[in-house]
Amino acid sequence: MSLFEIIGGFFLVLGSIFLFLGGLGIFRMPDVYNRLQAGTKATTLGAMSVIFGVGIIQLENDWTWIVKAMVILIFIAFSNPISSHALARAMYKGKTYPFIKSKDKDMDAYKEFIDNQKMEEK
Amino acid sequence: MQNLSLANKLSNFIVNWVFLMLVWIAFTSSFATQELIIGALTTMVISYLSIRLFTCCTILIFSPVKIMYMIWYLIVFLIALINSNMDVARRVLSPSLPINPGIVKFKTKLTTNYSKMVLANSITLTPGTLTVDVVDDTFYIHWIDVKTTNPEEAFTEIAESFEKILLKIF
Repeated sequence: MSLFEIIGGFFLVLGSIFLFLGGLGIFRMPDVYNRLQAGTKATTLGAMSVIFGVGIIQLENDWTWIVKAMVILIFIAFSNPISSHALARAMYKGKTYPFIKSKDKDMDAYKEFIDNQKMEEK
Repeated sequence: MQNLSLANKLSNFIVNWVFLMLVWIAFTSSFATQELIIGALTTMVISYLSIRLFTCCTILIFSPVKIMYMIWYLIVFLIALINSNMDVARRVLSPSLPINPGIVKFKTKLTTNYSKMVLANSITLTPGTLTVDVVDDTFYIHWIDVKTTNPEEAFTEIAESFEKILLKIF
């Protein structure tokens, strides 16, 4: 085993651990917003780490893999949060309200804005 | 469509050309002359067509100070990303599921659309926060463990470290 394989393998294992934790988070969290939180963060770093690990392993034969992996990493870092934001916004506009422990009105600042918007439409 | 002056058009064109050329070189991963010539021609046509579409930054973005701040931003962002994954792992693995979710809002000082997009994306990837909506200069953030509902305190808690650097870049 070469050094590149050891370092790359380390990143692969780290990435798969984060992806597993993200999956567990989606299973355990109480509502859609908390699930999105766990899902987005874990899949971003998990996928990044796995792709980077593949690039490192291939460094021995072909240096171009790591450059392409970097381009993919940048695209993931941009597209993943945007998609989760779009999902969260669509869920709120679709009247799925977040789970709030204390039933405190101040805890949901977005509801005020949506209500105001509805009043203006009428 | 906004009316751009000739200087603005030229600066957009050059910025787009450089960015697209960098992506081209990264994808082909070769410095052969024929690859570079075809790449330069293709990216020139595309960046000419997208002068009005992609207007994120002026030519000043290539000044060394701004590039330094970009690298600094990347380091801050990567540390926050790793922290947020540790945070998710801690919450998911603890049996009591320590969460106290809610939505908070705060106002930002950033003005351009692109800088607000970068800030919103960064907030989504930092510990325990998810951008639900951005309306003009108000950010609505779903926070997994609400510490304060006061907008100013929420701002210092969530976004201040990123905004300081973004104000210098854009």
